[in-house]
Amino acid sequence: MHNKTIAELSQDLAAKKISSVELTQLYIDRIKNLDQQLNSFITLTPESALHEAKQADALRAQGKAGRLTGIPIAQKDIFCTQGIKTSCASKILDNFISPYDATAVQKLKQAGTVLLGKTNMDEFAMGSSNETSFYGPVRNPWDLDRVPGGSSGGSAAAVAAALVPGATGTDTGGSIRQPAALCGITGLKPTYGRISRYGMIAFASSLDQGGPMTRTAEDAALMLNAMAGFDERDSTSINMPVPDYTATLNDSIEGLRIGLPKEFFSNGIDPDVAKTIEAAVKEYEKLGATIHEIHLPNTSLSIPAYYVIAPAECSSNLARFDGVRYGYRCENPVDLEDLYKRSRSEGFGSEVKRRIMVGTYALSAGYYDAYYLKAQQVRGLIRRDFLEAFKKVDVILGPTSPTLAFKIGEKTDDPISMYLSDIYTIAVNLAGLPGISIPAGFAQKLPVGMQLISNFFEEARLLNIAHHYQKVTDWHTRLPEGF
Amino acid sequence: MSLTAEDVKKIAHLARLNMSPADIEQFTPKLSSILNFVEQMNKVDTTGVEAVAHSIDATQRLRPDAVTEPDQRKAFQAIAPAVEAGLYLVPKVIEDE
Repeated sequence: MHNKTIAELSQDLAAKKISSVELTQLYIDRIKNLDQQLNSFITLTPESALHEAKQADALRAQGKAGRLTGIPIAQKDIFCTQGIKTSCASKILDNFISPYDATAVQKLKQAGTVLLGKTNMDEFAMGSSNETSFYGPVRNPWDLDRVPGGSSGGSAAAVAAALVPGATGTDTGGSIRQPAALCGITGLKPTYGRISRYGMIAFASSLDQGGPMTRTAEDAALMLNAMAGFDERDSTSINMPVPDYTATLNDSIEGLRIGLPKEFFSNGIDPDVAKTIEAAVKEYEKLGATIHEIHLPNTSLSIPAYYVIAPAECSSNLARFDGVRYGYRCENPVDLEDLYKRSRSEGFGSEVKRRIMVGTYALSAGYYDAYYLKAQQVRGLIRRDFLEAFKKVDVILGPTSPTLAFKIGEKTDDPISMYLSDIYTIAVNLAGLPGISIPAGFAQKLPVGMQLISNFFEEARLLNIAHHYQKVTDWHTRLPEGF
Repeated sequence: MSLTAEDVKKIAHLARLNMSPADIEQFTPKLSSILNFVEQMNKVDTTGVEAVAHSIDATQRLRPDAVTEPDQRKAFQAIAPAVEAGLYLVPKVIEDE
């Protein structure tokens, strides 16, 4: 039962093969028995989960169930959940009980899902390995000595180990897609503005986007149906109708034009990853797609531009953590400045401080043009590259990450080598485009993720293309040993 | 760009972070290497390229100037470190006469 997809569980619930209470209990037991190995959850909510499951079963008895009614899920601990600790994996919010729900949380609740708990992540979503969490690193279920990726590492590990059938993530530079790749699951970053950012603790506001993390594209479509949509409480929410993302999953992809960016297969890529992706490309050719070489010439500039824009926005967003209104406050402050400085210094971890300082410097008097303005211009070039490419092809395909899951501790002393693990994902955030990572095979017994990128608002197309691949492959059905 | 310990001290103050001498020693080379890395951007000529702040060229929406938020002071102050009579408490800012 635990290895089933959301779509399959939904059918079982509808056919009364299992109740939501039984299903919820099954996952609670799995988490209790197995998560000590992974550390994928920060907070568990078994009591409220069973209560919500009971309500879901009651709704079903009244004939009012939707496709997600009674399905257990987990929320990344960056989404505010009313009455439940929302820590963002930081000491500074270790005592923070959110007074309200994020819109994405509210919407998934309205769709009838059951919240099992809050998943571990990199502190304030700043990291690519889930090692910056105040609550300790998450382990990759495929190899417990390795990282699950990040920042949504807890969600990725939990879904990969079938501790939960679906979870939310957020993606500022690859934080949904890279952990999805390293853990062998499906992770979708929608177009910027597609899912409300209200109640999603801000890291870099012009890049942050929430999305679903699931076993299959079909499940991602089911979750996106519930999560997407206009929200007047988010000033950059896009006011466009939400299609039924499951309706077009089986549309033909005959004649689909796939672009392979030359820059995604060059220096720095693990040859095993490249080989696996090349095999996936052949699979698409068999499905009727045509393959075209394309260029995204400014790819290598995406990381430098990102590491100006994201820290700049983070230094401004994280100014709100001052020890005054919520969160951690230092002991016995002597004056206001001491209160600010010690609360922040004692509350934030090293990587967060590093990014706040880089951002503060980039925005400080005299440096704005050289860093922030320049980075925004590079961002313009990167977006232009993609828009040129989409004149020739329908979708862009490549690896999600240049390497397999790396060892815990391997890159912690070298921020730049850590940053480079997002080389294929960051440009997509800078351009605001949707991207998905799906399992494409294994190398050295570790999962390899394939990334598909489409033009703005073409999530349905991406899910359709991913679904076809999952119909002819079984990588997404594999479970790590012991889970 | 190579930062000095003095630069790092100044940035830390602007960011309202405390830095011990040991922190400064650790942060200085790492911040310098990040800045050197991002300066790769200078390889490309961006003369005349528009700066993109928001990937989708959306403009801010306007709404009628009406009260829309309910009063949630109690809920919000329940999670504050120190409050009294509906006010947030901080160390004394104004000196006695």
